[in-house]
Amino acid sequence: MLEAVSARHPQASSGQAAALQSLDLRIAPGEQLAVIGPSGAGKTTLLQLLGCALRPATGRLLLDGQQPWTLSAVELRRLRTSLFLAPQVPPLPQRQRVVTSVLAGRLPAMGAIESLLALFKPQDIPAVFEALERFDLGDKLFQRVDRLSGGERQRVGLARAMLAPARLWLLDEPLSSLDPTRARQAVAVLREQARVRGVTLVTTLHQVEVALQQFPRVVGMRDGRLMFDLPADQVSPERLARLYEQHEQELHGAAPVDDMPPLAQAQPVVMQCR
Amino acid sequence: MSKAPLSAGKPNQAQARTQAVPRRDPAFQQRLFWSAAALLLLWPLLVATEFKPWRLLEPESLQVSGRFVASFWPLAHSADFLRMVAQDTWRTVAMATAGVTLGLGIAIPMALLSTRVLSISALSGRMARGPFWLRQSVRWLLIVLRSVPELVWALVFVRVVGLGPTAGVLAIALTYGGMLGKVYGEILESSETHPTETLLRNGSGRLQAFFYGLLPTSAAELTSYTVYRWECAIRSSVVLGFVGAGGLGQQMDNSMKMFNGGEVASMLLVFMALVALADRVSAWLRKALG
Repeated sequence: MLEAVSARHPQASSGQAAALQSLDLRIAPGEQLAVIGPSGAGKTTLLQLLGCALRPATGRLLLDGQQPWTLSAVELRRLRTSLFLAPQVPPLPQRQRVVTSVLAGRLPAMGAIESLLALFKPQDIPAVFEALERFDLGDKLFQRVDRLSGGERQRVGLARAMLAPARLWLLDEPLSSLDPTRARQAVAVLREQARVRGVTLVTTLHQVEVALQQFPRVVGMRDGRLMFDLPADQVSPERLARLYEQHEQELHGAAPVDDMPPLAQAQPVVMQCR
Repeated sequence: MSKAPLSAGKPNQAQARTQAVPRRDPAFQQRLFWSAAALLLLWPLLVATEFKPWRLLEPESLQVSGRFVASFWPLAHSADFLRMVAQDTWRTVAMATAGVTLGLGIAIPMALLSTRVLSISALSGRMARGPFWLRQSVRWLLIVLRSVPELVWALVFVRVVGLGPTAGVLAIALTYGGMLGKVYGEILESSETHPTETLLRNGSGRLQAFFYGLLPTSAAELTSYTVYRWECAIRSSVVLGFVGAGGLGQQMDNSMKMFNGGEVASMLLVFMALVALADRVSAWLRKALG
């Protein structure tokens, strides 16, 4: 799927090293893999590349045999409906109700008028409830997002995937604000659902043990390069030690402190009046 | 500018405490200079505006204003007059409300067209050229609408549709449409765009992303600004009455031309009460929505 891809952030200066450097990666349909590596390794950039959120600087990205960046705008949008890119910070508006937030996952499959009507009367509440119930959040169905804790919000963001018409789930640190038990449960749900739906699952993880125990294939990244790409049982402690050299606290300790940015304060609008 | 010499002076003082105690504030000369310069610049402005406040105190002017103010009492309070005032007050409120509502019809679509957050091509790098110029030109159109004062629009429309509230409604609709549209666009762009961006990236349409991502994020701010503007429209619709666009202002203008102080005073009091009421209502609404 990825051939000799390198990428840099649009804001990065040209002198800086690219966030990803000539990376080759092939992912088969229906496969499930975890990407691990120290902070700043380029994991998120990799997901953004796969999710057509970032244009590769060099190299080729192929999704289902087609190159997204040569497609027309309409075709690219159609391709995007088959992708589900979940950012680390759950993208939920503060004042929205959970039911609407989860339902928003299905928007790509809905027409404009249908989605407007759904704002008045949410359609398919059972499906939303079922999705939330998988993450033990069924009772939060009609609550507002700003009443939820950070971990609950993250799980709501994951529940959204259950309604998306996507065939590729790209999850960025889906466990970053969950406690270990919840994290294991969430991974189990995601993996099972991905298998049932025949969805390809790519996730970045800070929890190395979770990645090794629960994912069949593990990719190690560091400084924008692929360090290894192996079945989980072949990842030796030596490899891990090399991967996390000088970042040992990330390997042994828990996930680094959740770096959720402070919620954007609404700027007061200048109220001038004559 | 005036800070530079102050901060530069500090370390010197600390080093050489034995030297002479500083007697002069180093910023003083600058302040003196800028005050003098400001006065000098103000002078031509005063001349240009024929600013001669002492004229007010000349016996002749005092007599005229004294007579006008004295005629305020007794207030006009005949039943007919009061009914007319009530009617025109209501018409003023209606004019403002109808004008703002029509203005929303301009503002909402234009704000949606002009906001950069809903650009799909800007999701990865720069916005494509076509959409960029479309957004930019809609923005310019809004600025043009907004920068023509409603008084001018009212004068234009009084000629087109004749005397009466219709002219006022149209004038408010155009100016406020531009004003609201521009500020809506700014509010949308200053709000948190993360949810909207994610929806667009996962293949939602622009309108869907607006209703499911952008609107819930900034709904409270948008409504609060709209209500505030409605209050402004009530005040400005009174002014519009003076050019014949109906409502309380037109009656006030008539009474003034007839030198009927009692009527003017009564209407002024009603107007003050109306503005105070609108202020309370809008403050309450904004609090309830915030």
